[in-house]
Parts: sequence; C-alpha cells; structure tokens
Amino acid sequence: MTGERAVNDDEQPVIRLEGVAKSFVLHNQGGIELDVFRGIDLDVFTGECVALHGPSGTGKSSLIRLIYGNYLCSTGRILVRHGGGVTDIAQAAPHEIIELRRHTMGYVSQFLRVIPRVPALQVVAEPLRAVGVGSEEAEARAGEMLARFNIPERLWSLAPATFSGGEQQRVNLARGFVMDYPVLLVDEPTASLDRANRDVVIDQIRAAVDRGAAVVGIFHDAAVRETAATRIVELTPAGAAA
Amino acid sequence: MTTMPSVDARDDGPLLTATGISHSYGDRIGCRDVTLDLWPGEVLGVVGESGSGKTTLLNCLSARFIPAAGALTYRLRTGEAADVYAMGEAARRMLMRTDWGFVHQNPRDGLRMGVSAGANVGERLMAVGARHYGAIREQVTDWLGRVEMDLGRIDDLPTQFSGGMQQRVQIARNLVSGPRLVFMDEPTGGLDVSVQARLLDLLRGLTNDLGLSAVIVTHDLAVARLLSHRLMVMRRGEVVEQGLTGQVLDDPQHAYTQLLVSSVLQT
Repeated sequence: MTGERAVNDDEQPVIRLEGVAKSFVLHNQGGIELDVFRGIDLDVFTGECVALHGPSGTGKSSLIRLIYGNYLCSTGRILVRHGGGVTDIAQAAPHEIIELRRHTMGYVSQFLRVIPRVPALQVVAEPLRAVGVGSEEAEARAGEMLARFNIPERLWSLAPATFSGGEQQRVNLARGFVMDYPVLLVDEPTASLDRANRDVVIDQIRAAVDRGAAVVGIFHDAAVRETAATRIVELTPAGAAA
Repeated sequence: MTTMPSVDARDDGPLLTATGISHSYGDRIGCRDVTLDLWPGEVLGVVGESGSGKTTLLNCLSARFIPAAGALTYRLRTGEAADVYAMGEAARRMLMRTDWGFVHQNPRDGLRMGVSAGANVGERLMAVGARHYGAIREQVTDWLGRVEMDLGRIDDLPTQFSGGMQQRVQIARNLVSGPRLVFMDEPTGGLDVSVQARLLDLLRGLTNDLGLSAVIVTHDLAVARLLSHRLMVMRRGEVVEQGLTGQVLDDPQHAYTQLLVSSVLQT
C-alpha cells in the first residue's frame, strides 16, 4: 500500500515499526533458521535522533537495513512518511522504494562501495543530480560538503578508489549528508574517524534533527551517542525494543 | 550536460510489461512463465548461470524471438500501449530500430565489420530517416566522443579495434538514435578487468544521465550490483527470486541465490 492516506500532522510518527520480525533461513547450511528479533515496535518523530543500543548480535544493523528496504521484513509493517502519504517498506514494490530513497530516505554506513572511475565530487553530487538539481549547484554543494569533511580540493577530481580508507569513508559521509533527507539512517558513521571529523558527523546529525529530520542511528562510541541522540532505544537479545 | 529524467515520469506506469513468457527449444526449456514490469528509468539485471534461460528471456523481451506463449506490452512515446508480438513485422522492426537498442556480448554480432566505426554509428541514424551528411557526421562524432573513442579513428574499420573499443562503438551505434530502452547481453563479458571497469562507468553514466531503461543480462553479480536497480535471478528457465538489487544480494531468500552470492570470491 502506498500513499493513499494523507498525513500532515506533526504528531504522527515519520517512521513507525509495527511487530517487525526478522529471521534468516540458510538453505545451504541445513536450512537452519536464525531469529534476529521479533515483535519490534518503534515510532520515530520529526526532529529526533533515536540511537539503537544493545550488545552486538541484537540486530541493530539488521533493523536499519530493514527500514531502508535492504533486508526483507519477515513479518510486520515498516511505515515511512513519503510524498504526502505513508509507504509500507515491507510491502512496497522495488520502484516505489527506489523513488522513496531518492527523495525521502538516506542511509549512511561506514563503507563506500567504490565506483571505479567516478571522481569524488561526482560521487557526492550524485544524490542531488538524481532529484534534478542542476550540475553546477549540485557540484557546488558537493564541494562544500567535501570541504566540511576535510577532503582537500586537489582530490575532488580523482576517483575515491585510490584514496585511503579514511578518505573513502569521509567521501561516503559527504555523499550521505549532502541531501537534506526527511529520514536519515546512520550505521556507525564515526567508526575509526579522528576527532575533528567525528565532530563534523555529530554537527551534521544535529543539523538534520534541527531541520526536522527523523534520524535512526547506531553509535558505538558512547560520547558520540550521548551527543547526537535525543533518545536511546535498547535492543535486547530477547528481541523486544524498550 | 544532458538533462536528468523527470522523476515523475514513473507515474505513467511501466514502460514494458511481459506476462507469462514461455519459450522452449523442443524438449529443452528456454524460459518458463516469466512476468515482469520495467519502469521508465529503471535498470533491470537478470542473473543466473549459463543455461538458466537469461538470454532466451532477453531475446523474447526484445522481440528478437516471438515466444511460444506470453504477451509483451510496450508504452509508446505517444503514451499508447502497443502489443509487441501482435504488431506487423514492419512496425516491430521500426520500433526496434528507433525506440530500442540491443547490445550484444560479441561486438561482431552488433556491428558491421566491413564498414568504418563512423559508418556503423551513422547507419543507424540513416535507418531512422536522417539524410543530411553534415548533421549525421556531427552526431556520430558526438556519440563516439561520449563513449570515449579516439576521434582520429572514426574512419577505421572495427576489425582494427580492440574488443573494448569495438564494444564502445556498438554502444554508440545503439544509443545514437535516442532509444528509450536498451537490452544488453553480457555487455562486459570477455573484456579485461580494466576495460570492463571503464565500460561499466560509461554504461552507468549513460543510463543515469539519459534516464534510459535497460535490461542487462549478466552472470557477474558485481556488474549487476553496479548497474542495476532491480535484480531477477533465473534458474532452469524460471525466475526464482526478484527484488531490489541490494536486497537480493544482501538478503537472498532462495537457496539458489544464497548459493550464487556465497560463491563470489571476496576481494
């Protein structure tokens, strides 16, 4: 179901998870079934940053990937406000999810999937170009974001494939933050960053919250979590969200 | 710079709709009961091992074969939905020349080896009615430039080119007439890795900038991940799984897809 119901009320959540469960069936390993979690309910409102917290293996990254539509939801609904309506990511057709990602929902992980020969500036400008921003403006904004993440201008015209791991990560962050998405998912964005760049990430997240975005994140670093998050949700191995 | 496709174009519905496509070769199944929608601007990857029916499906979708069963509907520029298999031969050929492109794995199947690179590209324009030599030459030069050909070699024969260069000429030949839908059969197969990367970037840039829809058959999951929005996994002529490319590769549901994904060497 997509976009039938009009939602304008800020009291309504931007993201609503209802009874979300995820399990993996490993067909080539004896058909073993791994339950990651079940019965997750979560509302995320405009202008908040929810940090998912819990020991490793509780499915924090899986939950973020479910919301992004990168993992299939086993049961439950994943409702995201988009284009004046609500889309259930768990049921939406691929082209609807592509469209929703283009305009509404960004995802920042610590890994850049490098495209062989595309210059860093274009890598960062691409999400803007995809929503129709002209190349000049897109490149100007991309350059601004690269500068903010301390990527020297002499690297902008080079493909990130040749960059150091840290530089690639920062290009990826610049790409993730260049668009003002209403929904932003971040998975360990500050892992292995130096202090200055870590602070840039925190500033970006806080700026997103200030402009009313709904942010869901995983922050391993307690100091980052305390500074960036407005609310912390515990995931427990048993699987219930607090 | 080319203009970006209108993101609202999708509201008009699918560009290509295939329903219940089945085709066999005697007792041997080519593909069985395949149904799919392709949306404007969407790149669909079809993966599976050799003999899984991907090329048969591509040939049916591109009307190079008329399958034993099934229907194919294509939305024309006028907005009218055309029943491709029911069209007259002439109308179908016209559609294939103007609105569609087909990039073969082997450039020899898609190029005329006895005429120059420039003529190979220009011929396609003449086939859709271009007659003015200067205008044709200009478009040919523009397209050979876009696929990063050395323009000093525009009058050379394809036989004098490397495989990667031939493939780029074939791509220019297919795109010069401004198609809306391009079919590609293993477009980077048989090329060196460095040449492949260059071609992938080129294809990715072209599909992004032109808002082309494409169906790309490949057995290479990395190629599929880079180029396609959506993925269809075939085995023994049937579609065993389909979905967003990232989802199918990161959370495969079917035993066969899990096997395919887990068989890829990590670098």
